[in-house]
Parts: sequence; structure tokens; C-alpha cells
Amino acid sequence: MTELSQPADRRASIGTAEPRHDGPAKVTGSAPYAFEHPAADPAYGHLVTSAVARGRITALHTDAARALPGVLAVLSHLAAPALADTSDAEFAVLQSDEVAFRGQIVALVVAEDAETAREAARLVGVEYEESTARTVLDPESDALYCPESVNGGHRSDTRDAAVEGLLSAADHLLDATYRTPMQHQAAMEPHTTTALWQENRGHPSLTLYDSTQNPHGVRRTLATVLGLPADAIRCVAHYVGGGFGSKGLPHANVVAAALAARAVPGRTVRLPLTRQQTFTLGGHRTPTVQRVRLGADEGGRIRAISHEAWEHTSRIKEFAEQTAAISRMMYTAEHRTTAHRLLPLDVPVPTWMRAPGEAPGSYALEVAVDELAELVGVDPIELRVRNEPPHDPETGKPWSSRRLVDCLREGAEWFGWDPHHAPRLRREGRWRVGHGVAAATYPGLYIPGTKAEIERLGDGRYAVRTGAVDLGTGAWTVLAQIAADALDCPLDRIALELGDTRLPRASVAGGSTGTACWGSAIVGAARAFRAEHGSDPRTGARTLAGPEEHPEREQYAIHSFGAHFVEVRIDADTGEVRVPRMRSVFSAGRIINPVTARSQFVGAMIMGVSAALHEENAVGHGGALATHDLAGYHVASHADVGDLRARWLEETDPAYTPIGARGIGEIGIVGAAAAVANATYDATGLRIRQLPLTPDHFLP
Amino acid sequence: MKEFSYTRPDSAEAAVAAVAQDPDAVYLAGGTNLVDHLKLGITTPGSLVDVSRLALGDVEPTPDGGLRIGATARNSDLAAHPYVRRHFSLLARALLAGASGQIRNVATTAGNLLQRTRCGYFQDPDARCNKRRPGAGCAAQEGWTRYHAVLGTSEHCLAAHPSDMAVALAALDAVVVVQGREGERRVPLTHFHRLPDDRPDLETVLEHGELVTAVEVPPLPYADRSAYRKVRDRASYAFALVSVAAALDVRDGRVAGVRLALGGVGTVPWRASVAEEALVGGPATEEAYREALLAELAQASPREDNAFKIPMARSTAVSVLRQLTQAPPPAGRRDQP
Repeated sequence: MTELSQPADRRASIGTAEPRHDGPAKVTGSAPYAFEHPAADPAYGHLVTSAVARGRITALHTDAARALPGVLAVLSHLAAPALADTSDAEFAVLQSDEVAFRGQIVALVVAEDAETAREAARLVGVEYEESTARTVLDPESDALYCPESVNGGHRSDTRDAAVEGLLSAADHLLDATYRTPMQHQAAMEPHTTTALWQENRGHPSLTLYDSTQNPHGVRRTLATVLGLPADAIRCVAHYVGGGFGSKGLPHANVVAAALAARAVPGRTVRLPLTRQQTFTLGGHRTPTVQRVRLGADEGGRIRAISHEAWEHTSRIKEFAEQTAAISRMMYTAEHRTTAHRLLPLDVPVPTWMRAPGEAPGSYALEVAVDELAELVGVDPIELRVRNEPPHDPETGKPWSSRRLVDCLREGAEWFGWDPHHAPRLRREGRWRVGHGVAAATYPGLYIPGTKAEIERLGDGRYAVRTGAVDLGTGAWTVLAQIAADALDCPLDRIALELGDTRLPRASVAGGSTGTACWGSAIVGAARAFRAEHGSDPRTGARTLAGPEEHPEREQYAIHSFGAHFVEVRIDADTGEVRVPRMRSVFSAGRIINPVTARSQFVGAMIMGVSAALHEENAVGHGGALATHDLAGYHVASHADVGDLRARWLEETDPAYTPIGARGIGEIGIVGAAAAVANATYDATGLRIRQLPLTPDHFLP
Repeated sequence: MKEFSYTRPDSAEAAVAAVAQDPDAVYLAGGTNLVDHLKLGITTPGSLVDVSRLALGDVEPTPDGGLRIGATARNSDLAAHPYVRRHFSLLARALLAGASGQIRNVATTAGNLLQRTRCGYFQDPDARCNKRRPGAGCAAQEGWTRYHAVLGTSEHCLAAHPSDMAVALAALDAVVVVQGREGERRVPLTHFHRLPDDRPDLETVLEHGELVTAVEVPPLPYADRSAYRKVRDRASYAFALVSVAAALDVRDGRVAGVRLALGGVGTVPWRASVAEEALVGGPATEEAYREALLAELAQASPREDNAFKIPMARSTAVSVLRQLTQAPPPAGRRDQP
């Protein structure tokens, strides 16, 4: 397979700094989000959520709510239609009196306006028989179990009997336990659905304008849960105000929206989550406890790695974050053990959050490597160089590209890295100053099944259609660029259509796969179109196709890499940590658009710094979240974001897809928190093995 | 949210009359706190009496060199007022440390004093809270208390007072001017907020219907040697873990006068009078500052989650006093790197 449009191509759109196509509509407020799709006379829904973490509903009082003028329907487990499939308990909305976490949907109100719906929801009285809830991740618990697999289809455990012996015989042994807290995606747009249920001669149909990363996934799930044929459901998501994984899979609120719409057939219902409800119903990242052991020889070559992770899941649904999986491929070692243990708790359902697995796993691993470098007495960059695996340690496959060392070297020069292996405890006035480095990686995942359609329009343009979603990443722009090059036409000839299940099926906007998977489908469709219709097609000429076969992909281990360099300043009297400067270099294959790519890289770096310094939630003993709004759940504010810059290596990865681009949505967060943590150690000599690195850790 | 009536009386007297006669009525000013609470169902008044457009927004110097702040003066306007910046920079800095630019643009002086705690359990109608429902219990007692108070707490409430401005005003000996049906009265700011004791729902000494019309700040000769320092979990838009409002008059190496108040640590804006007493007349040394703060904080009753506030308050206050001893901070100084 030849590669698509080399950068030197005369007309190449790929690689140019095309401004975001969706930018003007978004900044002028004319881009309709899920709540805003025009509808005649919409009704409004509001959820009632459980006040206890575990128990049974013993009484439900809805008279006051029903009596409120303007209330159209009050649904509960006593008065809700039976769902066709309740095997996934997250979606079994209003199907029983059981309560499995605090914040679970227990009733639903539909009213003429949002304020009435909210007040009616407040007036619904719920009585519970409360049972003792378990909400705290205890790595000693008897209830821990080994999941069959972890997210991404990875094995839960990889065991090597030689590891323990090698660790105890190692010249240098690092054995440390790290903790990360419960975190939230905190997308700007709350999860929201505008839903319309229609009955046509006994055949129901459902239209959903949903804030989702995955319209086809929403349709698939709702078809199963509601017992409708898939073609009776349409899901539309033209613009999404961020998701960070929390909208990658549908959640209970979408089922609730469908039930609300079904209660008032023919009438559109808008059901937004409140900000507080996004914290419980929108998903979260599990807290983790991670024990990392690295056994190295005198020269710092790692002989054995053990990475064990303990994390929680909801009692009603398993989600197993692949936290330790990163240690299977990151560094060389003849022997390695990785393991995941899950504790089912009475907590909301965890789900994907930007770089699930790699984000918390890299924090532990990359701090551990920093600690090992000190034990060995070499600069942490040098230690990483000495542990470069020539091929993927897990699969034995050759790397399609492994340029971690190039990222480290270029980043070191750009940042002005001063090699050291012990904390330097520098002080500038009231500030303690430190530098830290950490590596990043993210796999080149591939999700099959996306198709695209190309049609020649009467005005000479080409319609390019696929059901993929731009959740704010730049897909509206980069897919148009890919299509222009694939059709060998100017960019303004491309009329892109996205975000609708009426368009050809597309995979989820997740796993940093969109550009590669949807782009490959567009390339495949464009080539098929040209083969079928030639270079001067008639109006209406149309081709539907998916990606071409690409067997090279299976022959290689495909991963992106990166290196973060961070300067921290810590107030000597108050312990406040600031990150005034960060430089990160990535190897991520071909960059389709430097404008949108920079935003992805830097945005994820900010999210990583935010995780390092601020973000934390916890489920209390009664199931209440410690924080449940954006005043209490601290994401980095503008004042926290200093001079953060990203660069990338010029390269392409034709082994992955014909486009040569690997994904860039997630790698920026991977390792970022470790780099911050390592810098705080350089500044203070205090090795804090938990996140976030709040001021109390650094008081004099 | 619950339906309510909305009125906009054209005088303070009429507003007072409207609220005083209706136990279900509350005042509405900037709304930055109240409107959130209406949406969350934390408060469900039947009637809102809007006082935001009454002519109570003036900020004026007083003949003796003090300051009179109208109740509806916006936080942003007060912080930007040239007289405040020049003579009460402590207050301007405290204001700018609070909330966000958007919120400060509508939040009022009286509203800031009356803002309610950010305790997560208070803000969650499904959690037990003695402030919301007297006698219901306090979920924070066994809860997550990182942002809770260590001073002035009771077994019924640990909620921290959230204001920055009020901490500066406490240090400045401000007086709250209150209008009721029977006329006007003046309450020192340090007596304006009530400790929770067994009635955490009663947060101030205001009777129902009483309206804050102004805050008066007496002159402080050494107000130019003052500082406000706020420590928080992010650089902006976060409530204080600890904040320190201080003014210091050092003569011949001894403390001739000191004002010290702490935020983030108390159930009310915390005037550190124990520390002040220990300092006045004593040596202006770091050792003395540390001892004074230790004495002040000896009254604290911390939880596991917020025990750090004691060393943090001590260290931050000592840092501020040290800085004021060495040199007053120039106006407009930036604290961030």
C-alpha cells in the first residue's frame, strides 16, 4: 500500500495549519449542542436521584409532584415501562426498588418547563431501607477479585515466576506504593439528551440529539435496552462540548431520556444532567493503589518489573481500568509481572477517562523510574535510555516506530535539562524550584467497522459522510483535510457530514482512534469512489466503502511516545505548587493539522498537570461525593496554566494506517503528572507518592 | 425550583417592611449565592425582595480617614476604588482573592458578608445538615473535611466561613450598619457572625427582616503596612485552605500594633485576638510570631483531613508578618511567579 499524500505533494491539505472549521459556529454560539436542537414546544425532564448508597426504596410519594401545575409525567420503578434488556444494570433505569449507589436514578419528572420539572423532582419523596454501604477502596479487602480482562481487552494479569527471585537478588530494588484519587472528566457541556418518541401505526421510533462521543453506540445500546430495531432509533451529535471519555459509552441518563420521551409521545423532551448529576451519572476514573517494584543491575538495567494495581468498580457493573498494562511494554526487562485487582463497591459506575490505564499507570511507573534512577545514581533520562526495549517486550513484535529516546533528547535540549539524579533543593527567594522529567506512551489502537460514503454533488463538491463525532477535538477539520487529499481535490470541495446514525456507521470517538479509523475509511471510500467513477464523476455518483485491508498493522507493535519536562515552584511557607513551565515532545506519527494537534497535546498536558496538582474526589461512607461541582472539584484554572508547550517529531507511521498518523488525543496526559511529581521531589526532597500534590504536602 | 414572588421596593425602609412582615421572604442582591441555592433546593423562599438597585452602592471616605462602603457596592467596584486601593489595600487584595471576575462583578458587599458556607454536605440536599434542617445531624462529622473549619467548630457543625473580604474587614475592625423596623444599629464585624454552637442555622446576629445597609471601616494608621495572603488548592477560583489578613506596626524592633485575622480555618471570619494580644509590645521577631500563632491555634480542634490547616495557618501567618516586618509590599505586587 502506498502512503497517502506525502507532505511534499503539491496540493496536500494534510499537514497544513487549517483553522478549525467548527470554530466560528462555536464562538458565535450558533453551533447547536444537544440541549439546543430546535424543537416545537419541548418539554423538560429532571431526574430524582437516590439519597442512600445502598438499600431499597420502601415508599415513593409523588402526589405533590403530580399536583404541581405543568407536570406531565412522574416515572419511577412503580410506574415505568419494563425495559427489554436489563442485563447491563447501569441501563436498568427505574426497573426495581434496589439502590446500588448514591445518585442513582430513582424517579423522573417531565414538565412543561425546566423550572417546574426541577421543583417537581424536589417534591418527590423517597423513603429507603438503607443497608450498610461499602465505598472505600481497601487493598486488603477479602472482596477483591481478579477480573477476566481489563479495559481494552487486555489480560488482567501477566505472571512470570522468575520475577520474585530476580527482585530479591537485584543490585537496586525500588519497591514503592502510589495512590491516585477518584477523578472526573468534568466536560464543559453536561450530559444532555433531547429526545422525541413517535408512534407510527404501532411502530415506535426514537430520535435522540445526544451529547455523545458515539452515536452508533448509543443507538446500539438503546435498541437493546428498549427492544427496538436499530433502524427505529436515530442519534445525532453534531457538536459536543467535551467528553474526555465520559460520553464514549452511553450512561443511564440516555435511557432516562428515552423513557421520558416515551411518556409524552410526539413531544420533544430535553433532559440535561445538572452539574452535580454529571459527577455520579456521567462516570469517573477509579481511584488506584499501585505497587511498583523495579529490580535493576548495577548499571541500572531493569531485570524484573512488577506492577500491581488495586482499583474499585461499581457493584452493579464492572469497569476494570488497565492501570498496570503500561508496564508490559514501556521498558525492557527479561521478566515482568502485572496484575489488577478490583473491589466492587456501592459507588457510581466508573468508565473511560482520558487515557484510561495509561494515565494513572504512568504516574506510578514514571515516578518509580525516577526513584530507581536515584538509587542507581544516574540521570533519569539516561536510565530510560539504558532500558529501551529493542522490540515490544510483551508481544515480541518489532516497533513500527519507537522514538522515546529522540523525544527525551530533544525535550532535554529544548527545556534546558540539567542532568542530575538526586534532589537539588534549589531556592529562589520564597520559591523552591525543581525540574522533573517523565516519559509518555499511548497505543495505536484500531477499531474496525467504520464506513464512509462519498457523493459527487451538483455544485462540484464532494459530500463525505460518516457517523463519527467531533467532541471538540478537530475532527470536522482534519477529516475534511484527509478527504481532500484522498480525493485529490482542494479542501473547499469537501462537504463533510458527521455525527448522525443516518450516516455510515462509525466507531467511537475514543482511544485516540478517530483520525486513524475514520480517516482510513474515508481514504478507502475515496479510492473506491475514484475506481468506480473516475476523476470526473457525474453528479450523484456515490460510493460507500470502508478502509482497505492493511495487514502490516498486525506485524508491528504500534505505540506513540513522548517526554515531558516540567519546572515547578513551591512556596516555601505555604506549600503551594505552581507549574510555570512545561515542554513536551511527542512522536505520534504524521500530524494532520498542527493547529488542532497542538490543542490536543497541550490540552491533555494541562489535564495532566491538573491531575497532578488539583483533582480529587472521594466517596464518603454514606456514599456522598466529597465534591460535586466545579467550585469544589478543582480542575486547573487559567492562573494555574503557565507556559506549556508541545512539539512533535516529523515522522509518519504507514504501518498503522495509510494516513501515517497515530492518535494524539490522549498521550499528552500520560506521564504528565509523574513529571510534575518528580519535579516536586527535585525541589523539596520529599517523595510524595500520592496525587494530588496539594500544598499541605509541602509545608515547612 | 419553587415558585416565588419577586418585588423591588424603592427604598430600604420599604424593603425592610416587606421582608419583616413575611417569614417566607428573603433579600436578593447580587444573587451569586442565593440563586445557586434556589436551584439546588437548599433554600425555598416564597418571596424575593430585590435590594440590588437601592441607592446603597456608594463607597466614600469618611472625614476621619475611614471608609464607608454601601451594602450594594459590587466587589469589583470596591476592589478597584482608588481610595480603597490606596488606604485599605488589604481589603482590595482580599476582594480580588475571592471568587472570579464574573462573580465579583455582581456580588455585593453585604451579600459577601452573608454568603453561606461551601460545605459540600450543606450544598447537597440529600445529606444531613444542621444548617439546613436544625436537628438533622451533621454529615461532615464523619465526612470529608479538607475544606472545613478547625476553629469555632461544634459537634453540630464544622462548616468554614467562605469569605475573603470578611476576613480583611475583621482585621480592620469594621462595623456593620443594620437597618431594622425599629431603626438603625451598628454591629462590630467580629460580632456579626455567630459561632455554630447548637444552632448552626443561625449564622449572623441579624433578625429576620434586618437589612445590612453599609459597612464602616475606621482609619488604621498603619494600614499601608498590611497584606492579604490566601492559600488554596489552585491558583484562582478556589476557597481558602487558609488565608491571612494582617497589618503590622513595628517600632524600634517591637510590635506597636497588629491586626491579624484568619480565613478558611474558622466557622466565622476569625480575628486572631489571642495572637494579637501576645504580640503587642513584644519583639518583632519570627520566633515571637510563631509563638503567638501557636497560642491562637491551640484552640483548634482539627480532623484528620484538615489537621494540616494548623501548621499551614501558622506558617502562612508567620510568613506574612515576616514580610510586613521587612518591608510593606508595594501596591500591585504580584504574588505568583
